[in-house]
Amino acid sequence: MASKLTTSNAAGWAFALPGFGLICLFIVVPFFLAFALSLTNQRLISPNPTEYVGFANYKSLLSLAVITLEPERDEAGEIVRAEDGTLVYPRVRTITRNPDFPEYRGMREWFRWHSGDNARVVVAADVVFMKALVNTLTFALVIAPGQGGLALLLALLINQRLRGINIFRTIYFMPVVVSIVVVSLLWRFIYDGNDGLLNNILSSLTFGLFEPIDWLGRTDTALGSIIAMSIWQAVGFHMVIWLAGLQTISPTLYEVAQIEGASKWQTFRYVTWPGLRNTAVLVLIVITMQAFALFAQIDVMTNGGPLDSTQTLVFQAVERGYGKQDISGGSTISVVLFLIVLTISLIQRYLTRERS
Amino acid sequence: MRKLPRIATALVATLSLSPAALAATELSMWYHGAGNEVESKLINQIVSDFNASQSDWTVTIESFPQESYNDSVVAAALAGNLPDIIDVDGPVMPNWAWSGYMQPLPIDESEIADFLPGTIGRWDGKLYSVGLWDAAVATVTRRSTLEKFDIRVPTLDQPWTAEEFDAALMKIKDSGEFDYAIDLGMAWTGEWYPYAFSPFLQSFGGDIVDRSTYQSAEGVLNGDAALAFGEWWQSLFTRELTPGTSQDPADRETGFLEGRYAIQWNGNWAAVPMLEAYDDVLFLPAPDFGNGSTIGAASWQFGISASSQHPDGAAAFIKFALQDKYMAAFSDGIGLIPPTPQSAAMTEKYNEGGPLEVFYGLSKAQALVRPVTPGYVVAAKVFEKALADIANGADVADTLDAAVDEINADIEKNGGYGH
Repeated sequence: MASKLTTSNAAGWAFALPGFGLICLFIVVPFFLAFALSLTNQRLISPNPTEYVGFANYKSLLSLAVITLEPERDEAGEIVRAEDGTLVYPRVRTITRNPDFPEYRGMREWFRWHSGDNARVVVAADVVFMKALVNTLTFALVIAPGQGGLALLLALLINQRLRGINIFRTIYFMPVVVSIVVVSLLWRFIYDGNDGLLNNILSSLTFGLFEPIDWLGRTDTALGSIIAMSIWQAVGFHMVIWLAGLQTISPTLYEVAQIEGASKWQTFRYVTWPGLRNTAVLVLIVITMQAFALFAQIDVMTNGGPLDSTQTLVFQAVERGYGKQDISGGSTISVVLFLIVLTISLIQRYLTRERS
Repeated sequence: MRKLPRIATALVATLSLSPAALAATELSMWYHGAGNEVESKLINQIVSDFNASQSDWTVTIESFPQESYNDSVVAAALAGNLPDIIDVDGPVMPNWAWSGYMQPLPIDESEIADFLPGTIGRWDGKLYSVGLWDAAVATVTRRSTLEKFDIRVPTLDQPWTAEEFDAALMKIKDSGEFDYAIDLGMAWTGEWYPYAFSPFLQSFGGDIVDRSTYQSAEGVLNGDAALAFGEWWQSLFTRELTPGTSQDPADRETGFLEGRYAIQWNGNWAAVPMLEAYDDVLFLPAPDFGNGSTIGAASWQFGISASSQHPDGAAAFIKFALQDKYMAAFSDGIGLIPPTPQSAAMTEKYNEGGPLEVFYGLSKAQALVRPVTPGYVVAAKVFEKALADIANGADVADTLDAAVDEINADIEKNGGYGH
């Protein structure tokens, strides 16, 4: 292989050159630029000169600490209890804004838990980033099996010789062709809290018992709503990939399975699924990577709100780099995101490798 | 060989012709009002009048949708492609001037002496931009609504106090006659938040940054006054006096007109349909929360880009545009506030006794510009997020602390923004 690539293949390299060149120019170079910028204090536009700041951007993004809070005690040393019996703790800001604790300066509470009477508070230098990280991981974790599974199901359904099957194929594929911005706008109307389509359907199905929900305006439903809408939007694309995989499986294998008396489930489990192995790896990795790039839906539908419940890494990178004119901060998030996606892709490759 | 002389003749002819062709130097101009038919017509009228009035300059205008205008200018500045004349939102101007997209405007101070303060953009002691109009925000309601609930009609001298305002809202809410007692316009994300809501904070005695130094927000955005503001702000939402952040933009447009909101906090640009819908509309000053009643000032203004080779031509155009008749035309066309008493007298709605005259008074008496600093662009975004978070139930003190930290970190990262 190596010799074939390096010798007597000038034409091949020449053909590859435009592609390689463009990938270098628009993907490889910007990545190294992002890494370099993340070590500086580069602004979008500023009369001030750019300075090298080392890992300060990473520190202000990733710093975490745990503070232990003791419950308030009265003069006699008894623990003070609020009216409902819960313990009363001093506010975190008495520590994070206290000149005696400069190491916690600028940090904010991310979450807390209780051990005994004490509360342990995890404070982060950048809570919004931490929330964006958790949201993005949650999104990827739900989307990967959800979208992949649904796409396979649809592919199996439309992989039949039926009259008018192309109509179904077209319908399932349609959302992929429509711009994600348009789809997001439409779903904003569908999710509308007062008289959105979804609320109307649910309330007429339950004969008016259903209380309208402000889907995008509540912290507990916003991310879920975006996940559901994202699955719907891109499922057609992966359906087509599954379909291509299904059609590479030789019909003779199905004939054999039929002659052997295999049930439908057995046919799927021992003929279809092994035949889709490579397709499955591809679909899984593509969905995961796309999931980490979640941006347009957030930008159009929620802007990261309410209360950061739909913040994502890419949205934050854009918001900081462009909105707040802090290119170095945006670059830092991009580099962190790159490392996460690289790690996950490598793990996926390892887990799905060919075992010989 | 015989062709050569002919080409040479042609070249000579072209060269001798070109001074005549170049007599009018091209000036490019960008404007934020694409998609608004009336506004486009007005600005195009000024451009064609200017081009016809003299032979030195030809202005060509290109319009952008407002949502993407600022991004386009920033991108063009990065690429070195700015036009000669740009229009700029007042509070953003210091950022663009400091960043070096704009150059000072060579217009004599005497020409803008009687303009409303909100229409003039200064940075570092120099004039950078002038606007053909200002905008103002008022508490809009109907006289009949106030009379029905026995609420005093406030005046410029005696606006509602915080208690009066609160009692009025509760009275309206308890009657159950309206979906919401007041609509603040939470659907209008972006610049509306700092423009419309920071005056409340200022009336409480706080601010977005400390205007004496512009180096810190500590103590002004998270001091006692700001905390009181934050608690009041959150209570508007917990008591369901106003629609929250997920308000449908369509409701914002029609809610007051259809009688679903009793009071609306809205700008003069929305006044015309209100006057058409009701015959007893009142445009009232903002409540006084202890530190005086105040509203935001400054709207879109014209300036010259730093890369322009012809600042004299650009200035000539801006001077030409600052005629009373054009300022009056903008006011008549889209309801904006004319910047001078003379132009106000020429308008249909802002002349003495006109239905919107009150806005001119509000602008003149109460308007306070947003913090005049290049850091405003970032501080405004931080402030917007803090208000949205508090409205959604975040802890007031922690949220304001976080906003202060972010604003201060940004100022520090930018070396104090040149103050």
